[in-house]
Amino acid sequence: MINRKPASVSEVQAFVKEAPRIFSHGAGTKTALTVSVDGVTTLDMTLISGLQEYEPEEFTFTALAGTRIVDVNQALSQNGQYLPFDPPLVEHGATLGGTVAAGLSGPGRYRYGGVRDFLLGVSYVNSSGELVRGGGKVVKNAAGFDLAKLMIGSLGTLGVIVELTFKVFPAPELFSTLQLDFDTLVDALQALQQASVSHLDIDAIEMAPTESGFGVWIRIGGSAKTMPARIDRLYKMYNQGEILNGSDEEIIWQQLREFNWVPGGWSLIKLPMTHGRILALEGEVKRESMLRRYSCAGQIGWLAVKESPESIEPVIVKQGLYGLVILGSSERLRLGEYPSVSFYSRVKTALDPINRFVEV
Amino acid sequence: MNPDKFLSDLSQIYPAERFLTQPAQLTPYESDALTAYRVRPLAVVLPVTQNEVIETVRLCGRYQIPFVARGSGTSLSGGSLPVEGGIVIALNRLDRILRIDPENRIAVVEAGVVNLDVSAAAQPYGLYYAPDPSSQPICTIGGNLAFNSGGAHCLKFGMTSNHVLGIKAVLPDGEVVQLGDESLEGIGPDLVGLFVGSEGLFGIALEVILRLMPKPEIFKTVLASYSSLEGAGNAVSQVVASGLLPGAMEMMDELAIQAAEAAVQANYPPGATALLIVEIDGEKNQVEEEFEQLMGVIESSGAQEIRVAQDDADRARIWKGRKSAFSAVGRLSPDYIVQDGVVPRSRLGETLAEIERLSKQYNVRVANVFHAGDGNLHPLILYDGREAGSLERAEEIAGDIIHICIQSEGSITGEHGVGMEKRAYLPQMFNEVEMNTMRQLYNVIDPQKISNRGKMFLDIDSIFLNNGGAIYDQ
Ligand SMILES: Cc1cc2nc3c(=O)[nH]c(=O)nc-3n(C[C@H](O)[C@H](O)[C@H](O)COP(=O)(O)OP(=O)(O)OC[C@H]3O[C@@H](n4cnc5c(N)ncnc54)[C@H](O)[C@@H]3O)c2cc1C
Repeated sequence: MINRKPASVSEVQAFVKEAPRIFSHGAGTKTALTVSVDGVTTLDMTLISGLQEYEPEEFTFTALAGTRIVDVNQALSQNGQYLPFDPPLVEHGATLGGTVAAGLSGPGRYRYGGVRDFLLGVSYVNSSGELVRGGGKVVKNAAGFDLAKLMIGSLGTLGVIVELTFKVFPAPELFSTLQLDFDTLVDALQALQQASVSHLDIDAIEMAPTESGFGVWIRIGGSAKTMPARIDRLYKMYNQGEILNGSDEEIIWQQLREFNWVPGGWSLIKLPMTHGRILALEGEVKRESMLRRYSCAGQIGWLAVKESPESIEPVIVKQGLYGLVILGSSERLRLGEYPSVSFYSRVKTALDPINRFVEV
Repeated sequence: MNPDKFLSDLSQIYPAERFLTQPAQLTPYESDALTAYRVRPLAVVLPVTQNEVIETVRLCGRYQIPFVARGSGTSLSGGSLPVEGGIVIALNRLDRILRIDPENRIAVVEAGVVNLDVSAAAQPYGLYYAPDPSSQPICTIGGNLAFNSGGAHCLKFGMTSNHVLGIKAVLPDGEVVQLGDESLEGIGPDLVGLFVGSEGLFGIALEVILRLMPKPEIFKTVLASYSSLEGAGNAVSQVVASGLLPGAMEMMDELAIQAAEAAVQANYPPGATALLIVEIDGEKNQVEEEFEQLMGVIESSGAQEIRVAQDDADRARIWKGRKSAFSAVGRLSPDYIVQDGVVPRSRLGETLAEIERLSKQYNVRVANVFHAGDGNLHPLILYDGREAGSLERAEEIAGDIIHICIQSEGSITGEHGVGMEKRAYLPQMFNEVEMNTMRQLYNVIDPQKISNRGKMFLDIDSIFLNNGGAIYDQ
């Protein structure tokens, strides 16, 4: 196995050209997805880093793929802006490229959309070592096929991402959270539902089993001036719960974003799902020893397991779901039956006809 | 490739009233909203079931007959123009809303469903479908998806692509695929995102899963008039700099204002050179606070006249003028071309000045209506098709405007697509490697090049058909 750490885009191109099999990674924060495979050249992209262009008045920035998101966030916050898809594992050192390739968004993606909705353009090195630009640098662009989208969740199999352009938004001045406790799952689901169709501007809705039942966390963001009235209104919708502010509030979301709730040595599985499927899934997983979080009003399930992730694959399959192991380790990272496999293989043939980029 | 045999097989799929071959029946399908182009198709079929579409596509594959999917034919770039020797698959009747699911906030609809009908069906649950092209009372979800259509309210919540969760499609070689599903998130390359915006080249979307959103609690809308486009443009920059995120930020110039006024009596301030519409939507308290802030910005932006919509009717009137601008401008001139290039927002002012200069130089009238919030221009270039050289002049000025967009690292199209009309410019925005990547994708998805052949790529006939695609196998 050869490990390479290119220091420039042209070096990435050169390494790609000389290696028959390539696997690229960022800071390695998605531990399960950062693999080493025999006979494969590994490209560590963390030196390909730096903010290239940032024009706050355009609501866009362009940065190299290895740029750490903490650094981006700092530059953005100096201008009162943020990445609304709430990238995860930022404090662990996540890079922009790794986040895009893993296709991950945090709990805050609920309000305005996920990483797919904020990525405007990419440059990647293709399997011939050529630089390819997809998408654009402006907030709106419908020219040609949207190649940038293909990099979302690509796990490095379609090219080595070297540069990215994102859309950003003005950041809310502050956040406030209503924390609710329910004895039964049905009540908790009802609460999620009520929030998700309400006319309140909600930033995030999270649900998780607790020791005594089920907790629901509803976060709103906005101006300091209106916040007291708005959180009060949210409270009155349920007439119960606890209002959290300041660091008590922030820590809840930080935990979720950073996956700090996942015990060391456990594996974490991402499950795309819907609110309507939680009841059935909970019925199955309760018996297993695992931790669960349901993000975005039940649109994303996160399962943390102590045993090997494959051991719970039957449960996932039974529910008609499919998942990806993000943290920990697993023989197989993809669990369950993936849709659109045949369409994907066409795309793979088009973009990487010589199969240079390893599929993990 | 025997068209008679093909047509006779095709007629087996459809009853006579949904299988059109008579010249008089074909005429309405010969062009779309880009009226400068016309092509008579071999036949037009009107499927009412997904199976009919699938069978039709498979038949086309067997005979290598090109097909064009058509929604309502409102494409402004010639996207739904028929292909010579091919058929049109008109999807207006494939229009069942299969499911509105308030629990998961999704709508499952067939591709021929009209955009606004989705919101109407979601209305009882307090939900709506966000992307709002001005053509939304007639255009279809399939057409929206093919072009990644936008609208006035796409600044905050994005375009069609940001609201499509799943697509069931029949690929040009007859395979039926399901991309994405009901969840907000997927795993693996974002294939839904690739299909959206593929301009009908990847086959036909049959059924689409759309994300619905709760309707904003309130809207607050202000209209301000300025004595110059630059003045209005500066106001846009100031709004953005103030840290606000409006739901919509739209501009119109003098010619567009006059046309809208004459067409729908929007009651816009008389004599304005430029008009800016800004709308804030969302939760009541927050909107009121932000609107106050917005008014502070607008009041110090040198506006001539400022009007705040007093009620829903007032707001509707303001938007009616804006949304009818295209058809209104149509009254000023027998024909027009609309461009929809994008420039970085900070370059709006200079770009508009340049368009004005070009308009004088070519002696061609240009009306401007555009999405100022995201730098998406819509210059409407007026011409008279009966006058020799008039279309050519209009196309020349359109080309100049597109060049400005490319030079400023913008885009040749924000939402109307490449279609027929901007095929020559796509290779100016993307280099040969990038163009080849797109052609390769087209090649693996439509090896026979029968799905909307000749759109997006200018050179598809010469490159693929003469070489049987071999050039890309090297
Ligand atoms: C007055 C007016 C105002 C407009 N305003 C806007 C605006 O604000 N924003 C905007 O973005 N656009 C606007 N448009 C452009 C146009 O309405 C949009 O492009 C719209 O999405 C086209 O929808 P349609 O149903 O008419 O599609 P068509 O014109 O019939 O087709 C458009 C393209 O989609 C393909 N297609 C159609 N159905 C399918 C399917 N099921 N599967 C695959 N491909 C398919 C066609 O082959 C074609 O390439 C406007 C047009 C007019 C005339």
